[in-house]
Amino acid sequence: MAGLNKSEFANPVINWVDSRLPIFTMMQKEYGIFPTPKNFNYFWNFGALAMVCLMVMTMTGIFLAMNYQPNAELAFASVQHIMRDVNYGWLIRYVHQNGASMFFIVTYIHIFRGIYYGSYKAPRELLWMLGVVILLLMMATAFMGYVLPWGQMSYWGATVITNLFSAFPVVGKYIVTLLWGGFSVDQPTLNRFFALHYLLPFVLVGVIFLHVAALHIVGSNNPLGIDVKSPQDTVPFHPYYTIKDSVGVCVFLMVWAAFVCFAPNVLGDPNNFIPANPLQSPADIVPEWYFLPYYAILRSVPNKLLGVCMMFGSLLLLLLLPWLDTSRVRSARFRPIFRKVVWLWVLSFIVLGVCGAHKPEGIWVILSRIAALYYFAHLLVVLPILGKIERPLPLPESISNPVVVRSAVIAALVAAFFGLAAIQPARAEMAETPMPQQKWSFDGVFGTVDLASAQRGFQVYKEVCSACHSMKFMHYRDLAGLGLSEAQIKAIAASVTVPQGLNDQGEPKEGPGTAASQFRSPFPNDLAARAGNGGALPPDLSLIVNAREGGADYIYALMVGFGEAPKDFKMQDGMNFNMYYPGHQIAMPQPLRDGQVTYADGTPNNIAQEARDVVTFLYWVSNPEEAERKALGVKVILYLGFMACVTYALKRKVWAAIH
Amino acid sequence: MADSTAASTADSHGGHSHGGHPADPSKRDMLELLAGAGAAIFGAAIVWPLVSSMNPAKDVLALSSVEVDLTPIQLGQGIVVSWQGKPIFVRHRTPEEIKSAEDVKPSDMPDPQADKVRVKTGHDQWLVLVGICTHLGCIPLGNKPADVRGEFGGYFCPCHGSQYDTSGRIRKGPAPANLAVPPYAFESDSKIKIG
Repeated sequence: MAGLNKSEFANPVINWVDSRLPIFTMMQKEYGIFPTPKNFNYFWNFGALAMVCLMVMTMTGIFLAMNYQPNAELAFASVQHIMRDVNYGWLIRYVHQNGASMFFIVTYIHIFRGIYYGSYKAPRELLWMLGVVILLLMMATAFMGYVLPWGQMSYWGATVITNLFSAFPVVGKYIVTLLWGGFSVDQPTLNRFFALHYLLPFVLVGVIFLHVAALHIVGSNNPLGIDVKSPQDTVPFHPYYTIKDSVGVCVFLMVWAAFVCFAPNVLGDPNNFIPANPLQSPADIVPEWYFLPYYAILRSVPNKLLGVCMMFGSLLLLLLLPWLDTSRVRSARFRPIFRKVVWLWVLSFIVLGVCGAHKPEGIWVILSRIAALYYFAHLLVVLPILGKIERPLPLPESISNPVVVRSAVIAALVAAFFGLAAIQPARAEMAETPMPQQKWSFDGVFGTVDLASAQRGFQVYKEVCSACHSMKFMHYRDLAGLGLSEAQIKAIAASVTVPQGLNDQGEPKEGPGTAASQFRSPFPNDLAARAGNGGALPPDLSLIVNAREGGADYIYALMVGFGEAPKDFKMQDGMNFNMYYPGHQIAMPQPLRDGQVTYADGTPNNIAQEARDVVTFLYWVSNPEEAERKALGVKVILYLGFMACVTYALKRKVWAAIH
Repeated sequence: MADSTAASTADSHGGHSHGGHPADPSKRDMLELLAGAGAAIFGAAIVWPLVSSMNPAKDVLALSSVEVDLTPIQLGQGIVVSWQGKPIFVRHRTPEEIKSAEDVKPSDMPDPQADKVRVKTGHDQWLVLVGICTHLGCIPLGNKPADVRGEFGGYFCPCHGSQYDTSGRIRKGPAPANLAVPPYAFESDSKIKIG
């Protein structure tokens, strides 16, 4: 039987397949008995975690694509359709949206591990370079994915990033037009970004395959950075590292689930809850956190072309890292000076990230320049020289004879955590007047919307807000989530007249609403709304709480913040003074006053109560899935916590003979 | 690399071959079972929302009824309205058509059904059908008087020649069942609500 693989599997079916296509032999060799250094710490989990991210992103992405419309007119609404109408659409989308952040944090830690323990050095140079290619592909994929919801930040992010290419002399503007498929970011851009966002992950899979294949030729590095000397230095991948990775996966999924269920938008930008408007850019354009360091490098250079080159250079230089670092000792443990300066480099990266979240003014410009300078100096000056002058500590004989240092691992994780934490509060300080903090029924992990208050808020919306503001993504049927009965919903819907397509003569027809009708808009279109409101467009309220910095507190402050302008304050005609509105001049006249509505349940109808109720209602409208989401979060995290304990106990048992 | 927790349990016997466990093997077996079962349950729990997302969304379910005004439909005429994306035939039957539908013995048909259970009592001039051939989903002809109506004066499917009578019952051809009657009700004598 020439040509058949000699399979050693006892099961006849597996043997038959394996003789003809030795996938089982391969899996056994590469993931079963694959000899792996026995001294990995938990940093070595992160490659597997990145793989988990890739799989989850691919799965959720495919199902999102089944409901998403890559059309400039429909994209934003189709995302809201996913969030509000598709079964578990909110879950799939929030997993995908937060998954991008999870993928990057895991990948950054994975890269840091490679840098700290010298995993890029011979013979792993190509493995490392493939990794840099993976990072670049990930960035392109994430960027295009972020454009798809077609919110303000999507649109202006796309505009700014594609305009980077205009920096290149002569060909620049042609490249930009080519990327856009037009003369601005528009329908053709969105359509192709969708196609590419779907394609690139599969390219990613291909390069990751090469990355893993290369790893399995040269073998894994390890925390000591020394070569495997004998079989005593290794353990088979299974079960030793399959179980250790499983512990990591459980813990990692807990973190992911916590973001998805309890803070799904904390890493996002409120501006992206506003539909894309090509005629108005947001006050600050801030990329997602994982791009902030590069964005800061771009802005730290006063020259456009040089800034763009520095930004791309900061990534491309990583390709040369195996040769820029002239030291032959891999692990930072045995490089006393490198062990310190590598943290300086990490610090420069984090400082750049924080700078990227702030407007480029004052201290932030100086800080970002210092940090960018060190980032490059570290790669181009420090590493080449350090390798020549540093006296490494004596290396251990073998892996079986190690010196255990755990503090570095803990320090790195702590630094990564605080680094991420430091970026986020930076955004909150952009509001002008500090708002009084309110306590809300939906605060915290277990808080859910007070339905009685939200129902009263609906009354305020119906009697006051809806005179000018639309709520396009709400349907009368959605009121079931507020606890209204089917009969109540029918009655409410029937009390308004809504457009009902065309009649038999082809003329627009109107009729009483049904449960399936959209909330009636006060104006047929934006132009009419502007014309009816002195030129100012009352924003749609479907997502208003998520779309404003400060959220519920801000909307509440706005409702109660009207008053007389101070004497020396110059008001424009037709504007109203509001303490909390940016610039203090708002076109909306004071909507709520004491006694504005009369509550059927006898709740006092002072302005504070009305504002509180309407904000509660608006919060629910922006986040109708909240109660379900939080309840799911508790269950999932408890389950994963239990699984983490089980896998950890099993890991202890498996490793008992080795330790 | 373990791709998921499931991978850890793919070969639960692998671990035992590396001898010299000081630990209690039965406890380890129990943990392996627990981890494996836990991963399997979690995997199923992940699949559920993904599959569920492919079922009709709330907006699709909400648009499941349509009202039809019968006044413009002349005797002998029929109209087609769209309900859940499907063509619905609403036909105003002539007395002869009603008679021919009532007179035939149901036992002679492939899918025996009396005419009176296919229309609403007191409104037997109105025939409301899902206009989709039960053979392979084509749309039969015959709703308009000018159409080919087949041997039984009802409907004729051009795809594979199925012939339906004036009650929409299959009489001849490959279709296995009568044209379906959608759920509907008379809101008034001249208005029906389908769905």
